[in-house]
Amino acid sequence: MSLVAPKSARRPLPGWVEIVILPLVNVALAFLVVGVIVHIIGVDSFQALKLLLVGALGSSEAIGYTLYYATNFIFTGLAVAIAFHAGLFNIGGEGQAYIGGLGCGLAVLAFDRYLPGPLLILLAVLAAAAFGAAWAAVPAWMQAWRGSHIVITTIMFNFVASALMVYLLSNVLRPQGSMSPQSRGFSEAASLPSMQAVLKSVGIAVAPSALNLAFALALLSAVAVWVFLWRTSWGYALRTMGHNAEAATYAGTNLRRMTMLAMCLSGALAAGVAVNELLGVHHRIVLDFPAGYGFAGIAVALMGRSHPFGIVLAALLFGALQQGGTELSFEIPAMTREMVVVIQGLVILFCGALAHLPRPWLQALVGRRS
Amino acid sequence: MKRWVGPLIAVFAVACLGVFAPVQAQTPAAIKPAVVFSTGGKFDKSFNEGVSQGAEKFKKDTGIAVAEFEPSNETQFEQALRRFAQRGQDPIIAVGFAQAVALEKVAKEFPNIHFTIIDSVVNLPNVQSVVFREQEGSFLVGVLAALASKTGKIGFVGGMDIPLVRRFQCGFEQGIKYANPNAELITNMTGTTPAAWNDPGRGAELARGQIDRGVDVVYAAAGSTGLGILQATKDRGKLGIGVDSNQNHLHPGNMLTSMLKRVDVATYESFKAAMDHQWKGGTQVLGLKEGGVDWALDKDNEKLVTPEMKAKVEAAKADIISGKIVVHDYMSNNSCNR
Amino acid sequence: MQSLTAGAAAIELRDIDKSFGAVHAVRGVSLAVARGSITGLVGENGAGKSTLMSILYGLYRADAGQILIEGQAVDMASPRDAIAHGIGMVHQHFMLVDTFTVLENLVLGAEGGPLLARGMAAARAELMRLGREYGLSVDPDARVADLSVGEQQRVEILKVLFRGARMLILDEPSAVLTPQETDRLFEILRALRERGVTVVLITHKLREVMAVADRVVVMRQGEVVAERRTVDTNTDELAELMVGRKVRLDLDKGPPLQGESMLTARGLSLVDRRGVRLLDSIDLDLRAGEIVGIAGVSGNGQTELLQVLAGIRAPTAGRLEVCGRAVDPDHPIDPAEMRELGLAHVPEDRLRQGLVAAFEASETSILGYQDQPPYCRNHLLDAPAVGRHCAELMRRFDVRPQAPGLRSSHFSGGNQQKLILAREMSRLPKVLLVGQPTRGVDIGAIEFIHRELVKSRDAGCAILIVSVELEEILSLADRVLVMSGGRIVGEVSADQADERTLGRMMADA
Repeated sequence: MSLVAPKSARRPLPGWVEIVILPLVNVALAFLVVGVIVHIIGVDSFQALKLLLVGALGSSEAIGYTLYYATNFIFTGLAVAIAFHAGLFNIGGEGQAYIGGLGCGLAVLAFDRYLPGPLLILLAVLAAAAFGAAWAAVPAWMQAWRGSHIVITTIMFNFVASALMVYLLSNVLRPQGSMSPQSRGFSEAASLPSMQAVLKSVGIAVAPSALNLAFALALLSAVAVWVFLWRTSWGYALRTMGHNAEAATYAGTNLRRMTMLAMCLSGALAAGVAVNELLGVHHRIVLDFPAGYGFAGIAVALMGRSHPFGIVLAALLFGALQQGGTELSFEIPAMTREMVVVIQGLVILFCGALAHLPRPWLQALVGRRS
Repeated sequence: MKRWVGPLIAVFAVACLGVFAPVQAQTPAAIKPAVVFSTGGKFDKSFNEGVSQGAEKFKKDTGIAVAEFEPSNETQFEQALRRFAQRGQDPIIAVGFAQAVALEKVAKEFPNIHFTIIDSVVNLPNVQSVVFREQEGSFLVGVLAALASKTGKIGFVGGMDIPLVRRFQCGFEQGIKYANPNAELITNMTGTTPAAWNDPGRGAELARGQIDRGVDVVYAAAGSTGLGILQATKDRGKLGIGVDSNQNHLHPGNMLTSMLKRVDVATYESFKAAMDHQWKGGTQVLGLKEGGVDWALDKDNEKLVTPEMKAKVEAAKADIISGKIVVHDYMSNNSCNR
Repeated sequence: MQSLTAGAAAIELRDIDKSFGAVHAVRGVSLAVARGSITGLVGENGAGKSTLMSILYGLYRADAGQILIEGQAVDMASPRDAIAHGIGMVHQHFMLVDTFTVLENLVLGAEGGPLLARGMAAARAELMRLGREYGLSVDPDARVADLSVGEQQRVEILKVLFRGARMLILDEPSAVLTPQETDRLFEILRALRERGVTVVLITHKLREVMAVADRVVVMRQGEVVAERRTVDTNTDELAELMVGRKVRLDLDKGPPLQGESMLTARGLSLVDRRGVRLLDSIDLDLRAGEIVGIAGVSGNGQTELLQVLAGIRAPTAGRLEVCGRAVDPDHPIDPAEMRELGLAHVPEDRLRQGLVAAFEASETSILGYQDQPPYCRNHLLDAPAVGRHCAELMRRFDVRPQAPGLRSSHFSGGNQQKLILAREMSRLPKVLLVGQPTRGVDIGAIEFIHRELVKSRDAGCAILIVSVELEEILSLADRVLVMSGGRIVGEVSADQADERTLGRMMADA
């Protein structure tokens, strides 16, 4: 899994170039190509770029939505990364988030009449994590004990999760007479406070948006993942397994148990999407709320070099693209939602898969100066 | 143009209902209308497309631009509605029952903006809810189906199995029984998920299955899935019934009729009313009487509809409008038995 | 190409200079290699010999200097240029596709057109010719995965010759070979020389250079410090030139103080899932204060024996007792528990088992002990304590560079091995298992490692050494056990053992 340990055949660049300049050059290259395409369909490139940026960062509402989208990307990015570090390729974030939502929702639906808000939310978050972890645990078990490849099984489990949720929402959780395949609404107590409300209570006025406390949870998770991976013996053993399974065996790590641990943590992190979407925004279990965040998490982790700090930055970029792209399609009719996906795809392509494209030029540049 | 007059008057009348203040003679206002489509997208050959056609017509007639947004998933409804409201778009149409929750939230935040939701009811003073008595239109096409069927076996293929589609089915069944108490109705639903609206292959398969059991008229109430149903029906030389918009042109000679649901009119009227300062909140239930639903008769199916059939359907229509026939609404008690 | 001026060297390097950042890897090296000769290039790890050869092969570009091939200055921008000039390189780690046949590997990258059949037929004829001419017989239709290591190396050499190489660079070719396979390789090299092929052998095994090379070039710290004809020199002189000081390769050690038995194996057997018997009724006693050496041709169960003794694999039959803990198929043990009992293990393959290449040295320095205080309390790692621990290990075992923050893979093989040994020995184990203590390690470091092992023995540690280097076993062990076919086929005490007796026992089974 070269995703964790990029082959060091490349000559290193100075740290600041690696961390700051290279990503900036990547983004700039992406926008250059985007600009050409946008120009071809007859839209003013600079106008579009401006709208994209202003749409993502231009107002407190725009920033709110950017951070709200970023929340989902942080969760799924961390989920993918923690599995990467264990040498496992978890493509099942989508399904784990979805089933996490089931756990989260069931906990609320069962107790929202009896429990006070904070307790209810705590319970719902734990239930989301537990269900997400459980959904990841099955492929993990199959890999650890039966040798079924986790890439295949996690993909399959996305479909199983989707089918299961559709069945449950259409047939079991849908209130009598309701048309939409979704559960009944959660009680007010189960709402994760919106960032607007939180900031208002400390005297800061911002425009309403979908941003809620789940963002704080996401940042907290990023820190927790960092501590876990680099400051605990479990994380040490997990990374050892990911880099070199034989060395992990030699060191006395039980690979099966470690596979289970890594995947369960991964699934639990993916379920953070459910917390953000269901407790923070929809206040009910809705169909298809993971909306591709699980898959996008792979790109986020890739771009963030599987480091929590990098993932947060990558998630912010993804969130800004998502929000700016939505805004773009609001403002310019020619920018259809499909066009926005093309733009996002290009940025991901340049910042993720082609991230090292400009490296030789930068090396030449830096080399000449020194 | 004649087709427009009835509904026009009807909606106008509904809009006027409960207006106590004297109607002011005002010049048309410069409005900034907007539409948030449902996730099916603007060109779904059904419901969203109807709204889009209404909006296009409004644009053509008045020269006023209509802002549009196609959300890529349900989570964007709220953001889209709020965004339009912030930009001062007014009125804003939310297409589809799935937007009800989001609309309720946003409408509360913007009490001065006018919203219209189609196919669902949101009880707020600044929301106009437009729902249709699909059972009435379905009753009429049911009467036609019973009269046209030679085998006495009639098929219904629904999209997603939800009360709304059951309402179509239930009205259809009542119409069939009204015209021929001995006729048999075979019902299939394509699925239980939103994907059931967009599965022509499965729709065709279900229609063929019904035809194999002797069915010779099939009512497709299944969004894009209906395209497959109607194709299969035509391929086997049987009669199909379209839904929502007039689909008679799809297979001229094999389309018995279409059950019209005038979302285009509702859209147009909502914008028009806002322009003329006549916009009014509350719930509009559009049935036969209001011209919200109807059956389609045009050159593509006139050869299939005999004068006797036409007379019988028009009689039933008149009876429903007058209240002589009451078509049971499935959604009133979640059952087709009253 | 045939216009070589009489007397021109096959390869000539002039004032080659190369730096990597602050590291001056090659310092103005000039070197000439005569046509049809075998030249040994020796030096410690990091002396610059691999870098120099990589420059010749076009993998790196020299900062300064000139390369002349058969008297003509050439520009080596990439390995493609090198191949075009008749230079071929056989790497220490083979570049073969395991699932392909020998023939398929041979034509890989030289298919000779889009239609495979014709190229393959031509290649088969050429392969037969090369095989006859140089005595390099390999079954062209065998899958590479099914070949022995020695045969795979032959395929690598064939690949290079197939591409028309007249100059062959071999990088540590014997590192992966058994003594017998090494002898076989040398025969091939001599055959190549007779047919005019120029061979450069990168190695640090002085005995091998003495056996096969005509001439030796010694490098130290990026410079050529000496050139000798092999007939004019000896291993002691070469070792001294390499290290820069006198090296004592023979050990002075007293008699063992054999104490109580720390590790006992009775009837220990291991049968794998396919039913292959890897270990067959091993009886073994290891006492405190002695070094027991296990000799044998690689692949005769030594690896599996170490794995079972270290708790990595459970025996399928028999019984093992380590420091009072009984282990049998019904009572397995894991490596972590073994460590708690006081058993330490330096694995045979340090890159695959002993360390994590991507980890910092400090992280590698606690591998296997990550749960132990003082590095870890309540599962929380104490990063500063780990760093201090690593720095201390580096200081005591002279690991260079002394940089706990450097990635493990950036250390030379010898320094990696010293770090692993330091890690395992610093816990003062009661039992120490060491696989291939000095594989790929410089002479200077070998001397150090051997002394440390003896020091540990004298402090009462029970040490088991597995090595394919008979010389090493003979100089270290107090008792020698010979393994063959998964069984222990003989035991000899150190004073009675010599290479010939052991060799006979190894070949016996």
